[in-house]
Amino acid sequence: MSAPACETPRIVFYRVSVEFDTAHGPLRVVEDVSFSVRDREFVAIIGPSGCGKTTMMNIVAGFVQPTGGSVTLDGRPVGGPGPERGVIFQEYGVFPWLTVEQNIAFGLNLAANRLPAAEKAQIVQRYMGLMGLGDFAKAYPKHLSGGMRQRLAIARAYAVKPQFLLMDEPFGALDAQTRSNMQDLLLEVLAAEGKTVMLITHSVEEAIYLSSKIIVVTARPSRIREVIDVPFAYPRDEGLHERAEFGELRSHIRDLVMKEYAAQQRQTARNLE
Amino acid sequence: MRRTALILAPWVLMVMIWYAVALSGLVNASLMPTPHQVAARFWELANGGRLPRDIWMSTQRVFLGVALGIALAVPVGFLLGWYQGLRSFVDPVINFFRALPPIALIPLVVVYFGIGEPAKVIILFYASFFAGVIVMYEGIAQISPIFVRVARTLGASDLEIFRKVIVPLTVPHILTALRVALGVAWATLVASELIAAQQGLGALIQNAGSFFQLDIIYVGIICIGFIALSMDLALRAASRRLVAWQDRIGS
Repeated sequence: MSAPACETPRIVFYRVSVEFDTAHGPLRVVEDVSFSVRDREFVAIIGPSGCGKTTMMNIVAGFVQPTGGSVTLDGRPVGGPGPERGVIFQEYGVFPWLTVEQNIAFGLNLAANRLPAAEKAQIVQRYMGLMGLGDFAKAYPKHLSGGMRQRLAIARAYAVKPQFLLMDEPFGALDAQTRSNMQDLLLEVLAAEGKTVMLITHSVEEAIYLSSKIIVVTARPSRIREVIDVPFAYPRDEGLHERAEFGELRSHIRDLVMKEYAAQQRQTARNLE
Repeated sequence: MRRTALILAPWVLMVMIWYAVALSGLVNASLMPTPHQVAARFWELANGGRLPRDIWMSTQRVFLGVALGIALAVPVGFLLGWYQGLRSFVDPVINFFRALPPIALIPLVVVYFGIGEPAKVIILFYASFFAGVIVMYEGIAQISPIFVRVARTLGASDLEIFRKVIVPLTVPHILTALRVALGVAWATLVASELIAAQQGLGALIQNAGSFFQLDIIYVGIICIGFIALSMDLALRAASRRLVAWQDRIGS
Protein backbone atom coordinates (compact mmCIF):
# COMPACT_ATOMS: atom_id res chain seq x y z
CA MET A 1 0.00 0.00 0.00
CA SER A 2 3.00 2.30 0.46
CA ALA A 3 3.67 3.22 -3.14
CA PRO A 4 6.51 5.44 -4.33
CA ALA A 5 5.40 9.02 -4.88
CA CYS A 6 6.72 9.13 -8.44
CA GLU A 7 4.08 6.67 -9.70
CA THR A 8 1.44 8.03 -12.02
CA PRO A 9 -1.84 8.66 -10.20
CA ARG A 10 -4.76 6.33 -10.93
CA ILE A 11 -7.68 8.55 -9.98
CA VAL A 12 -7.41 12.25 -10.78
CA PHE A 13 -9.94 14.92 -9.86
CA TYR A 14 -9.20 18.11 -11.78
CA ARG A 15 -11.17 21.21 -10.83
CA VAL A 16 -14.33 19.19 -10.40
CA SER A 17 -17.67 20.87 -9.75
CA VAL A 18 -21.10 19.31 -9.48
CA GLU A 19 -24.45 21.05 -9.55
CA PHE A 20 -27.81 19.39 -9.12
CA ASP A 21 -31.09 20.79 -10.33
CA THR A 22 -33.55 20.98 -7.48
CA ALA A 23 -37.03 22.42 -7.05
CA HIS A 24 -35.39 25.53 -5.56
CA GLY A 25 -32.97 25.99 -8.45
CA PRO A 26 -29.46 24.66 -8.97
CA LEU A 27 -27.65 23.31 -5.92
CA ARG A 28 -23.86 23.29 -6.00
CA VAL A 29 -22.57 20.33 -4.00
CA VAL A 30 -18.93 20.10 -5.14
CA GLU A 31 -16.78 23.09 -6.06
CA ASP A 32 -13.38 23.16 -7.69
CA VAL A 33 -12.02 19.97 -6.18
CA SER A 34 -8.64 18.70 -7.34
CA PHE A 35 -6.73 15.78 -5.90
CA SER A 36 -5.29 12.50 -7.02
CA VAL A 37 -5.03 8.98 -5.72
CA ARG A 38 -1.94 6.88 -6.43
CA ASP A 39 -1.86 3.14 -6.97
CA ARG A 40 -2.61 1.23 -3.75
CA GLU A 41 -3.16 4.40 -1.84
CA PHE A 42 -5.95 4.50 0.75
CA VAL A 43 -7.63 7.89 0.68
CA ALA A 44 -10.28 8.88 3.19
CA ILE A 45 -12.60 11.80 2.51
CA ILE A 46 -14.04 13.32 5.63
CA GLY A 47 -16.43 16.22 6.15
CA PRO A 48 -19.87 17.17 7.46
CA SER A 49 -22.82 15.06 6.35
CA GLY A 50 -24.77 16.24 3.35
CA CYS A 51 -21.77 18.17 2.03
CA GLY A 52 -21.19 16.25 -1.19
CA LYS A 53 -18.72 13.54 -0.21
CA THR A 54 -20.94 10.79 -1.54
CA THR A 55 -21.28 12.69 -4.81
CA MET A 56 -17.52 12.61 -5.18
CA MET A 57 -17.54 8.86 -4.76
CA ASN A 58 -20.48 8.50 -7.13
CA ILE A 59 -18.49 10.27 -9.84
CA VAL A 60 -15.70 7.71 -9.58
CA ALA A 61 -18.25 4.88 -9.41
CA GLY A 62 -19.76 6.20 -12.65
CA PHE A 63 -23.19 7.23 -11.36
CA VAL A 64 -22.75 11.01 -11.49
CA GLN A 65 -21.17 13.19 -14.18
CA PRO A 66 -19.28 16.26 -13.00
CA THR A 67 -20.80 19.50 -14.34
CA GLY A 68 -17.36 21.12 -14.42
CA GLY A 69 -13.77 19.85 -14.57
CA SER A 70 -12.87 16.22 -15.11
CA VAL A 71 -12.32 12.97 -13.30
CA THR A 72 -10.00 10.46 -14.93
CA LEU A 73 -9.26 6.83 -14.15
CA ASP A 74 -5.84 5.75 -15.40
CA GLY A 75 -5.89 8.76 -17.69
CA ARG A 76 -9.34 8.13 -19.22
CA PRO A 77 -12.51 9.98 -18.26
CA VAL A 78 -14.85 7.90 -16.13
CA GLY A 79 -17.65 6.29 -18.15
CA GLY A 80 -20.44 4.27 -16.54
CA PRO A 81 -20.02 1.88 -13.64
CA GLY A 82 -17.74 -1.12 -14.14
CA PRO A 83 -16.51 -4.21 -12.33
CA GLU A 84 -12.96 -2.87 -11.95
CA ARG A 85 -14.41 -0.42 -9.43
CA GLY A 86 -15.95 -2.22 -6.47
CA VAL A 87 -18.45 -0.11 -4.56
CA ILE A 88 -19.55 -0.69 -0.98
CA PHE A 89 -22.72 1.29 -0.39
CA GLN A 90 -23.84 2.75 2.89
CA GLU A 91 -26.98 0.63 2.77
CA TYR A 92 -25.03 -2.52 1.72
CA GLY A 93 -27.53 -3.55 -0.97
CA VAL A 94 -27.11 -7.29 -0.45
CA PHE A 95 -29.62 -9.07 -2.68
CA PRO A 96 -32.35 -10.38 -0.38
CA TRP A 97 -33.54 -12.99 -2.90
CA LEU A 98 -30.15 -14.70 -3.07
CA THR A 99 -28.39 -16.79 -0.44
CA VAL A 100 -25.00 -15.78 0.92
CA GLU A 101 -23.07 -17.84 -1.62
CA GLN A 102 -25.32 -16.74 -4.48
CA ASN A 103 -24.77 -13.12 -3.48
CA ILE A 104 -21.00 -13.55 -3.61
CA ALA A 105 -21.25 -15.41 -6.92
CA PHE A 106 -23.53 -12.79 -8.49
CA GLY A 107 -20.76 -10.80 -10.13
CA LEU A 108 -18.91 -13.95 -11.21
CA ASN A 109 -21.96 -15.15 -13.14
CA LEU A 110 -22.17 -12.01 -15.26
CA ALA A 111 -20.94 -12.00 -18.82
CA ALA A 112 -18.45 -9.24 -17.93
CA ASN A 113 -16.51 -11.48 -15.51
CA ARG A 114 -17.16 -14.96 -16.86
CA LEU A 115 -15.04 -17.65 -15.21
CA PRO A 116 -14.74 -21.45 -15.27
CA ALA A 117 -17.15 -23.01 -12.74
CA ALA A 118 -14.39 -24.54 -10.61
CA GLU A 119 -12.60 -21.23 -10.25
CA LYS A 120 -15.89 -19.53 -9.43
CA ALA A 121 -16.65 -21.97 -6.63
CA GLN A 122 -13.14 -21.49 -5.29
CA ILE A 123 -13.49 -17.71 -5.17
CA VAL A 124 -16.87 -17.93 -3.45
CA GLN A 125 -15.43 -20.32 -0.86
CA ARG A 126 -12.41 -18.14 -0.29
CA TYR A 127 -14.33 -14.94 0.43
CA MET A 128 -16.99 -16.69 2.42
CA GLY A 129 -14.25 -18.05 4.65
CA LEU A 130 -12.35 -14.78 4.83
CA MET A 131 -15.47 -12.89 5.87
CA GLY A 132 -16.55 -15.53 8.38
CA LEU A 133 -19.69 -16.43 6.45
CA GLY A 134 -18.83 -20.09 5.81
CA ASP A 135 -21.54 -21.41 8.11
CA PHE A 136 -24.18 -19.31 6.39
CA ALA A 137 -23.61 -20.30 2.76
CA LYS A 138 -27.26 -21.24 2.20
CA ALA A 139 -28.80 -18.56 4.43
CA TYR A 140 -30.82 -15.66 3.06
CA PRO A 141 -29.78 -12.14 4.13
CA LYS A 142 -32.90 -11.78 6.28
CA HIS A 143 -31.23 -14.18 8.73
CA LEU A 144 -27.97 -12.21 8.91
CA SER A 145 -26.95 -9.50 11.37
CA GLY A 146 -25.95 -6.02 10.20
CA GLY A 147 -22.24 -6.84 10.50
CA MET A 148 -22.67 -10.04 8.48
CA ARG A 149 -24.58 -8.25 5.73
CA GLN A 150 -21.78 -5.75 5.58
CA ARG A 151 -19.19 -8.52 5.26
CA LEU A 152 -21.34 -10.10 2.59
CA ALA A 153 -21.43 -6.84 0.63
CA ILE A 154 -17.64 -6.62 0.86
CA ALA A 155 -17.18 -10.26 -0.14
CA ARG A 156 -19.45 -9.75 -3.15
CA ALA A 157 -17.52 -6.66 -4.25
CA TYR A 158 -14.16 -8.41 -3.74
CA ALA A 159 -15.13 -11.54 -5.64
CA VAL A 160 -14.89 -9.79 -9.02
CA LYS A 161 -11.38 -8.62 -8.12
CA PRO A 162 -11.80 -4.87 -8.52
CA GLN A 163 -8.66 -2.75 -8.68
CA PHE A 164 -10.46 0.09 -6.95
CA LEU A 165 -12.55 -0.07 -3.85
CA LEU A 166 -15.00 2.78 -3.24
CA MET A 167 -16.64 2.77 0.15
CA ASP A 168 -19.37 5.10 1.37
CA GLU A 169 -19.66 5.06 5.17
CA PRO A 170 -19.31 1.30 5.07
CA PHE A 171 -19.24 0.81 8.84
CA GLY A 172 -21.58 3.63 9.82
CA ALA A 173 -24.49 1.44 10.89
CA LEU A 174 -22.45 -1.04 12.93
CA ASP A 175 -21.89 -1.14 16.68
CA ALA A 176 -18.46 -0.08 17.97
CA GLN A 177 -17.07 -3.60 18.44
CA THR A 178 -18.19 -4.92 15.06
CA ARG A 179 -16.98 -1.75 13.44
CA SER A 180 -13.50 -2.14 14.89
CA ASN A 181 -13.38 -5.81 13.80
CA MET A 182 -14.47 -4.87 10.31
CA GLN A 183 -11.75 -2.22 10.07
CA ASP A 184 -9.08 -4.74 10.99
CA LEU A 185 -10.50 -7.28 8.58
CA LEU A 186 -10.43 -4.69 5.82
CA LEU A 187 -6.78 -3.85 6.51
CA GLU A 188 -5.93 -7.56 6.51
CA VAL A 189 -7.59 -8.18 3.19
CA LEU A 190 -6.02 -5.08 1.65
CA ALA A 191 -2.61 -6.20 2.82
CA ALA A 192 -3.15 -9.53 1.06
CA GLU A 193 -4.41 -8.06 -2.23
CA GLY A 194 -3.52 -4.43 -2.73
CA LYS A 195 -6.23 -2.14 -4.01
CA THR A 196 -6.62 1.57 -4.52
CA VAL A 197 -9.20 2.72 -2.02
CA MET A 198 -11.46 5.73 -1.59
CA LEU A 199 -13.34 5.81 1.71
CA ILE A 200 -16.07 8.28 2.62
CA THR A 201 -16.45 8.59 6.36
CA HIS A 202 -17.67 10.72 9.24
CA SER A 203 -15.33 9.19 11.73
CA VAL A 204 -11.99 10.91 12.28
CA GLU A 205 -10.56 7.88 14.06
CA GLU A 206 -11.61 5.54 11.29
CA ALA A 207 -10.03 7.82 8.70
CA ILE A 208 -6.70 7.94 10.54
CA TYR A 209 -6.69 4.25 11.42
CA LEU A 210 -7.34 3.04 7.90
CA SER A 211 -6.01 5.51 5.40
CA SER A 212 -2.70 6.76 4.10
CA LYS A 213 -4.11 10.14 3.09
CA ILE A 214 -7.02 12.14 4.48
CA ILE A 215 -8.87 14.81 2.54
CA VAL A 216 -10.92 17.13 4.73
CA VAL A 217 -13.72 18.80 2.79
CA THR A 218 -15.74 21.88 3.67
CA ALA A 219 -19.45 22.38 4.26
CA ARG A 220 -21.54 22.41 1.08
CA PRO A 221 -20.43 23.00 -1.58
CA SER A 222 -17.50 20.65 -0.92
CA ARG A 223 -14.11 22.21 -1.41
CA ILE A 224 -10.85 20.79 -0.19
CA ARG A 225 -10.02 22.20 3.22
CA GLU A 226 -6.82 20.31 3.85
CA VAL A 227 -4.98 17.22 2.62
CA ILE A 228 -3.20 15.31 5.35
CA ASP A 229 -0.69 12.50 4.91
CA VAL A 230 -1.12 9.90 7.63
CA PRO A 231 2.41 9.12 8.89
CA PHE A 232 1.77 5.56 10.15
CA ALA A 233 3.13 2.55 8.29
CA TYR A 234 1.08 -0.55 7.50
CA PRO A 235 0.35 -3.07 8.91
CA ARG A 236 -1.47 -1.23 11.65
CA ASP A 237 -3.12 -2.53 14.78
CA GLU A 238 -5.37 -1.34 17.59
CA GLY A 239 -2.34 -0.10 19.55
CA LEU A 240 -2.15 2.78 17.09
CA HIS A 241 -5.06 4.47 18.84
CA GLU A 242 -2.90 4.88 21.97
CA ARG A 243 0.01 6.61 20.23
CA ALA A 244 0.56 10.29 21.00
CA GLU A 245 0.83 11.20 17.30
CA PHE A 246 -2.53 9.54 16.69
CA GLY A 247 -4.08 11.76 19.36
CA GLU A 248 -2.52 14.92 17.94
CA LEU A 249 -3.62 14.12 14.42
CA ARG A 250 -7.07 13.28 15.68
CA SER A 251 -7.54 16.59 17.50
CA HIS A 252 -6.21 18.53 14.52
CA ILE A 253 -8.63 16.85 12.09
CA ARG A 254 -11.48 16.92 14.56
CA ASP A 255 -11.02 20.70 14.88
CA LEU A 256 -11.23 21.14 11.13
CA VAL A 257 -14.26 18.87 10.81
CA MET A 258 -16.10 20.52 13.71
CA LYS A 259 -15.69 23.95 12.14
CA GLU A 260 -17.08 22.69 8.87
CA TYR A 261 -19.83 20.86 10.67
CA ALA A 262 -20.85 24.13 12.38
CA ALA A 263 -20.79 25.92 9.02
CA GLN A 264 -23.03 23.22 7.55
CA GLN A 265 -25.44 23.58 10.50
CA ARG A 266 -25.67 27.34 9.93
CA GLN A 267 -26.29 26.74 6.25
CA THR A 268 -29.08 24.24 6.96
CA ALA A 269 -30.65 26.63 9.48
CA ARG A 270 -30.57 29.43 6.90
CA ASN A 271 -32.21 27.21 4.32
CA LEU A 272 -35.01 26.40 6.70
CA GLU A 273 -35.83 30.04 7.36
CA MET B 1 -52.82 -31.28 17.35
CA ARG B 2 -53.22 -28.07 19.34
CA ARG B 3 -52.80 -26.12 16.13
CA THR B 4 -55.53 -28.09 14.38
CA ALA B 5 -57.85 -27.45 17.31
CA LEU B 6 -57.11 -23.72 17.15
CA ILE B 7 -57.75 -23.61 13.41
CA LEU B 8 -61.04 -25.49 13.77
CA ALA B 9 -62.27 -23.55 16.80
CA PRO B 10 -63.75 -20.48 15.04
CA TRP B 11 -65.54 -22.72 12.51
CA VAL B 12 -67.06 -24.87 15.21
CA LEU B 13 -68.08 -21.69 17.02
CA MET B 14 -69.78 -20.34 13.89
CA VAL B 15 -71.75 -23.54 13.37
CA MET B 16 -72.78 -23.45 17.04
CA ILE B 17 -73.98 -19.85 16.76
CA TRP B 18 -75.83 -20.79 13.59
CA TYR B 19 -77.58 -23.66 15.39
CA ALA B 20 -78.34 -21.43 18.35
CA VAL B 21 -79.95 -18.79 16.13
CA ALA B 22 -81.85 -21.33 14.00
CA LEU B 23 -83.15 -23.31 16.98
CA SER B 24 -83.83 -20.37 19.32
CA GLY B 25 -87.01 -19.47 17.50
CA LEU B 26 -85.88 -15.86 17.16
CA VAL B 27 -86.00 -16.29 13.42
CA ASN B 28 -88.85 -17.99 11.61
CA ALA B 29 -87.74 -21.60 10.92
CA SER B 30 -88.60 -21.31 7.23
CA LEU B 31 -86.20 -18.36 6.91
CA MET B 32 -83.26 -20.04 8.61
CA PRO B 33 -82.23 -23.56 7.57
CA THR B 34 -80.08 -25.40 10.11
CA PRO B 35 -76.51 -26.47 9.27
CA HIS B 36 -77.48 -30.12 8.85
CA GLN B 37 -80.29 -29.19 6.46
CA VAL B 38 -77.79 -27.21 4.40
CA ALA B 39 -75.29 -30.08 4.59
CA ALA B 40 -77.95 -32.53 3.40
CA ARG B 41 -78.82 -30.21 0.51
CA PHE B 42 -75.15 -29.86 -0.34
CA TRP B 43 -74.80 -33.64 -0.46
CA GLU B 44 -77.83 -33.95 -2.71
CA LEU B 45 -76.62 -31.22 -5.11
CA ALA B 46 -73.06 -32.53 -5.13
CA ASN B 47 -74.07 -36.13 -5.93
CA GLY B 48 -75.86 -36.18 -9.21
CA GLY B 49 -77.09 -32.59 -8.78
CA ARG B 50 -75.99 -29.43 -10.55
CA LEU B 51 -73.32 -28.37 -8.03
CA PRO B 52 -70.20 -29.90 -9.68
CA ARG B 53 -71.09 -28.22 -12.95
CA ASP B 54 -71.77 -24.88 -11.21
CA ILE B 55 -68.46 -25.02 -9.36
CA TRP B 56 -66.64 -25.90 -12.55
CA MET B 57 -68.22 -23.05 -14.53
CA SER B 58 -67.56 -20.46 -11.84
CA THR B 59 -64.00 -21.56 -11.21
CA GLN B 60 -63.33 -21.52 -14.92
CA ARG B 61 -64.67 -17.99 -15.28
CA VAL B 62 -62.68 -16.76 -12.30
CA PHE B 63 -59.50 -18.40 -13.62
CA LEU B 64 -59.94 -16.99 -17.07
CA GLY B 65 -60.83 -13.50 -15.84
CA VAL B 66 -57.94 -13.39 -13.37
CA ALA B 67 -55.46 -14.89 -15.83
CA LEU B 68 -56.31 -12.28 -18.46
CA GLY B 69 -56.47 -9.46 -15.93
CA ILE B 70 -53.11 -10.27 -14.37
CA ALA B 71 -51.50 -10.94 -17.74
CA LEU B 72 -52.20 -7.30 -18.57
CA ALA B 73 -51.76 -5.91 -15.06
CA VAL B 74 -48.17 -7.22 -14.74
CA PRO B 75 -46.65 -5.36 -17.69
CA VAL B 76 -48.79 -2.25 -17.23
CA GLY B 77 -48.18 -2.15 -13.47
CA PHE B 78 -44.50 -2.73 -14.07
CA LEU B 79 -44.19 0.16 -16.51
CA LEU B 80 -46.14 2.50 -14.23
CA GLY B 81 -44.05 1.51 -11.24
CA TRP B 82 -40.76 1.76 -13.07
CA TYR B 83 -41.34 5.03 -14.91
CA GLN B 84 -42.46 7.43 -12.21
CA GLY B 85 -43.17 10.18 -14.73
CA LEU B 86 -45.70 8.02 -16.53
CA ARG B 87 -47.47 7.30 -13.28
CA SER B 88 -48.28 10.88 -12.34
CA PHE B 89 -50.78 11.25 -15.15
CA VAL B 90 -51.96 7.66 -15.58
CA ASP B 91 -52.61 7.23 -11.86
CA PRO B 92 -55.83 9.31 -11.71
CA VAL B 93 -57.24 7.41 -14.68
CA ILE B 94 -56.57 4.07 -13.03
CA ASN B 95 -58.10 5.23 -9.79
CA PHE B 96 -61.15 6.49 -11.66
CA PHE B 97 -61.78 3.07 -13.18
CA ARG B 98 -60.85 1.20 -10.06
CA ALA B 99 -63.44 3.14 -8.10
CA LEU B 100 -66.23 2.06 -10.46
CA PRO B 101 -67.95 -1.03 -9.07
CA PRO B 102 -67.91 -3.74 -11.76
CA ILE B 103 -71.65 -4.25 -11.24
CA ALA B 104 -72.28 -0.73 -12.53
CA LEU B 105 -70.77 -1.79 -15.84
CA ILE B 106 -72.97 -4.82 -16.36
CA PRO B 107 -75.62 -3.04 -18.47
CA LEU B 108 -72.94 -1.66 -20.77
CA VAL B 109 -71.16 -4.99 -21.03
CA VAL B 110 -74.47 -6.61 -21.97
CA VAL B 111 -75.03 -3.99 -24.68
CA TYR B 112 -71.57 -4.44 -26.16
CA PHE B 113 -70.84 -8.11 -25.55
CA GLY B 114 -74.24 -9.71 -25.16
CA ILE B 115 -75.04 -12.20 -22.44
CA GLY B 116 -72.69 -15.03 -23.38
CA GLU B 117 -69.59 -16.31 -21.72
CA PRO B 118 -67.37 -13.40 -22.88
CA ALA B 119 -69.51 -10.87 -20.99
CA LYS B 120 -68.91 -12.63 -17.65
CA VAL B 121 -65.21 -13.05 -18.25
CA ILE B 122 -64.91 -9.39 -19.22
CA ILE B 123 -66.42 -8.27 -15.91
CA LEU B 124 -64.01 -10.50 -14.02
CA PHE B 125 -61.12 -9.36 -16.19
CA TYR B 126 -61.98 -5.75 -15.44
CA ALA B 127 -62.14 -6.37 -11.69
CA SER B 128 -58.87 -8.36 -11.65
CA PHE B 129 -56.95 -5.96 -13.84
CA PHE B 130 -57.60 -2.86 -11.76
CA ALA B 131 -57.07 -4.66 -8.46
CA GLY B 132 -53.85 -6.21 -9.78
CA VAL B 133 -52.37 -3.21 -11.53
CA ILE B 134 -52.42 -1.09 -8.36
CA VAL B 135 -50.71 -3.77 -6.31
CA MET B 136 -48.12 -4.24 -9.05
CA TYR B 137 -47.15 -0.63 -9.53
CA GLU B 138 -47.09 0.25 -5.88
CA GLY B 139 -44.87 -2.76 -5.26
CA ILE B 140 -42.55 -2.00 -8.16
CA ALA B 141 -42.30 1.68 -7.21
CA GLN B 142 -41.00 0.63 -3.81
CA ILE B 143 -38.10 -1.39 -5.20
CA SER B 144 -34.94 0.27 -3.97
CA PRO B 145 -32.68 1.52 -6.78
CA ILE B 146 -29.69 0.34 -4.73
CA PHE B 147 -29.96 -3.21 -6.14
CA VAL B 148 -29.71 -2.00 -9.72
CA ARG B 149 -26.74 0.18 -8.79
CA VAL B 150 -24.96 -2.66 -7.07
CA ALA B 151 -25.51 -4.92 -10.07
CA ARG B 152 -24.08 -2.24 -12.38
CA THR B 153 -20.95 -1.84 -10.28
CA LEU B 154 -20.44 -5.60 -10.55
CA GLY B 155 -20.55 -5.31 -14.33
CA ALA B 156 -24.15 -6.30 -15.17
CA SER B 157 -25.55 -5.35 -18.58
CA ASP B 158 -29.09 -3.95 -18.94
CA LEU B 159 -30.41 -7.36 -19.92
CA GLU B 160 -28.67 -9.03 -16.97
CA ILE B 161 -30.08 -6.42 -14.62
CA PHE B 162 -33.57 -7.14 -15.92
CA ARG B 163 -33.21 -10.92 -15.70
CA LYS B 164 -31.23 -11.22 -12.50
CA VAL B 165 -32.40 -8.24 -10.44
CA ILE B 166 -35.71 -6.87 -11.63
CA VAL B 167 -37.48 -10.15 -12.36
CA PRO B 168 -36.75 -11.70 -8.94
CA LEU B 169 -37.84 -8.49 -7.25
CA THR B 170 -41.06 -8.47 -9.28
CA VAL B 171 -42.15 -12.04 -8.49
CA PRO B 172 -43.47 -11.34 -4.97
CA HIS B 173 -45.55 -8.45 -6.30
CA ILE B 174 -47.02 -10.64 -9.04
CA LEU B 175 -48.02 -13.18 -6.41
CA THR B 176 -49.62 -10.50 -4.25
CA ALA B 177 -51.43 -9.07 -7.28
CA LEU B 178 -52.74 -12.57 -8.05
CA ARG B 179 -54.03 -13.02 -4.52
CA VAL B 180 -55.76 -9.66 -4.47
CA ALA B 181 -57.23 -10.21 -7.94
CA LEU B 182 -58.53 -13.66 -7.01
CA GLY B 183 -60.25 -12.21 -3.97
CA VAL B 184 -61.86 -9.43 -5.97
CA ALA B 185 -62.83 -11.83 -8.78
CA TRP B 186 -64.67 -14.18 -6.43
CA ALA B 187 -66.42 -11.20 -4.93
CA THR B 188 -67.49 -10.05 -8.38
CA LEU B 189 -68.45 -13.51 -9.60
CA VAL B 190 -72.07 -13.47 -8.47
CA ALA B 191 -72.54 -10.07 -10.09
CA SER B 192 -71.09 -11.31 -13.36
CA GLU B 193 -73.33 -14.38 -13.26
CA LEU B 194 -76.34 -12.17 -12.83
CA ILE B 195 -76.06 -11.67 -16.57
CA ALA B 196 -78.53 -14.34 -17.58
CA ALA B 197 -76.26 -17.16 -16.48
CA GLN B 198 -77.69 -20.69 -16.45
CA GLN B 199 -74.72 -22.19 -14.69
CA GLY B 200 -72.30 -21.15 -12.03
CA LEU B 201 -72.51 -20.59 -8.31
CA GLY B 202 -73.89 -17.09 -8.86
CA ALA B 203 -76.67 -18.54 -11.03
CA LEU B 204 -77.33 -21.22 -8.44
CA ILE B 205 -77.81 -18.58 -5.76
CA GLN B 206 -79.84 -16.38 -8.09
CA ASN B 207 -82.23 -19.18 -9.10
CA ALA B 208 -82.60 -20.44 -5.56
CA GLY B 209 -83.50 -16.89 -4.55
CA SER B 210 -86.38 -16.76 -7.01
CA PHE B 211 -87.77 -20.01 -5.63
CA PHE B 212 -87.12 -19.11 -2.01
CA GLN B 213 -84.82 -22.11 -1.55
CA LEU B 214 -82.79 -20.69 1.31
CA ASP B 215 -80.81 -23.85 1.94
CA ILE B 216 -79.51 -23.77 -1.64
CA ILE B 217 -78.51 -20.12 -1.24
CA TYR B 218 -76.48 -21.11 1.80
CA VAL B 219 -74.85 -23.97 -0.11
CA GLY B 220 -73.83 -21.55 -2.87
CA ILE B 221 -72.46 -18.95 -0.51
CA ILE B 222 -70.48 -21.47 1.50
CA CYS B 223 -69.06 -23.04 -1.67
CA ILE B 224 -67.83 -19.66 -2.92
CA GLY B 225 -66.23 -18.95 0.44
CA PHE B 226 -64.43 -22.28 0.61
CA ILE B 227 -63.22 -22.27 -2.97
CA ALA B 228 -61.86 -18.74 -2.57
CA LEU B 229 -60.24 -19.72 0.69
CA SER B 230 -58.55 -22.81 -0.72
CA MET B 231 -57.22 -20.86 -3.71
CA ASP B 232 -55.81 -18.25 -1.36
CA LEU B 233 -54.18 -20.92 0.78
CA ALA B 234 -52.71 -22.60 -2.30
CA LEU B 235 -51.30 -19.29 -3.52
CA ARG B 236 -49.84 -18.53 -0.15
CA ALA B 237 -48.18 -21.91 -0.01
CA ALA B 238 -46.75 -21.27 -3.48
CA SER B 239 -45.51 -17.84 -2.36
CA ARG B 240 -43.75 -19.37 0.60
CA ARG B 241 -41.80 -21.63 -1.72
CA LEU B 242 -41.17 -19.10 -4.48
CA VAL B 243 -40.18 -16.16 -2.31
CA ALA B 244 -38.79 -17.82 0.80
CA TRP B 245 -36.29 -14.98 0.97
CA GLN B 246 -38.89 -12.38 1.84
CA ASP B 247 -39.23 -11.04 5.35
CA ARG B 248 -43.01 -10.95 5.44
CA ILE B 249 -43.85 -14.45 4.34
CA GLY B 250 -41.24 -17.15 4.81
CA SER B 251 -40.46 -18.91 8.07
